[in-house]
Amino acid sequence: MPTIRVQSAPFSLGEESEGFAAGRTETGAVVTFTGLVRDTGGISRMEIEHYPGMTEKAIGDIVDEAMGRWTLDDALVIHRHGTLVPGDRIMMVATAARHRAAAFEAAEYLMDYLKSRAPFWKKEYGPDGAEWVAAKDEDEDALSRW
Amino acid sequence: MIDVMYFAWVRERIGEPRERVETDAATVADLVEELKAREPRYEAAFADLSALRVALDQELSDFDAPLAGVREVAFFPPMTGG
Repeated sequence: MPTIRVQSAPFSLGEESEGFAAGRTETGAVVTFTGLVRDTGGISRMEIEHYPGMTEKAIGDIVDEAMGRWTLDDALVIHRHGTLVPGDRIMMVATAARHRAAAFEAAEYLMDYLKSRAPFWKKEYGPDGAEWVAAKDEDEDALSRW
Repeated sequence: MIDVMYFAWVRERIGEPRERVETDAATVADLVEELKAREPRYEAAFADLSALRVALDQELSDFDAPLAGVREVAFFPPMTGG
């Protein structure tokens, strides 16, 4: 059963990765990806807003699709909301599969879809005030390869 | 009655995260026209529909979609997760 967690609390990359990989005897590959808050132009913090209810549902649909397409053994998505500062971990995905190609591809698929189909919005606070992060065309275009 | 929710800069322009709306609008686009006719803040939020997305009962939808049976409508800019 895949795990989906939407939370404001920080998470431990080590513990999550360890826990996800533990006790697997048929899985040959575990891939993890972690997204960090990047300081672009002196941002002091970021506020991430989301749509409680729809967020879990949308991520669930994306994960279900990935589980089926790549016959994954398991998947994990953690996505934070609230106040974050540069260097903080925003989110992570982990995939487990028999072979690495499926684990890598499924992780990329999850990332591509989480970027533009999971209802999160980021607002950055910098020296010139606050600004909503605009969606990028390339993020939308990235979905077409799947 | 329908629950209407706003997120990110749509919420900021309208000034509240959610409200209950009494409406007979047939489609999302009709509801938007009703809201725009109310007050300038709605006009400001809905000025460019191509910059907005809509979800009906927590599923992404579009502005032509019918509202029959829908309980919750949400308006927001394109999502920026990940």
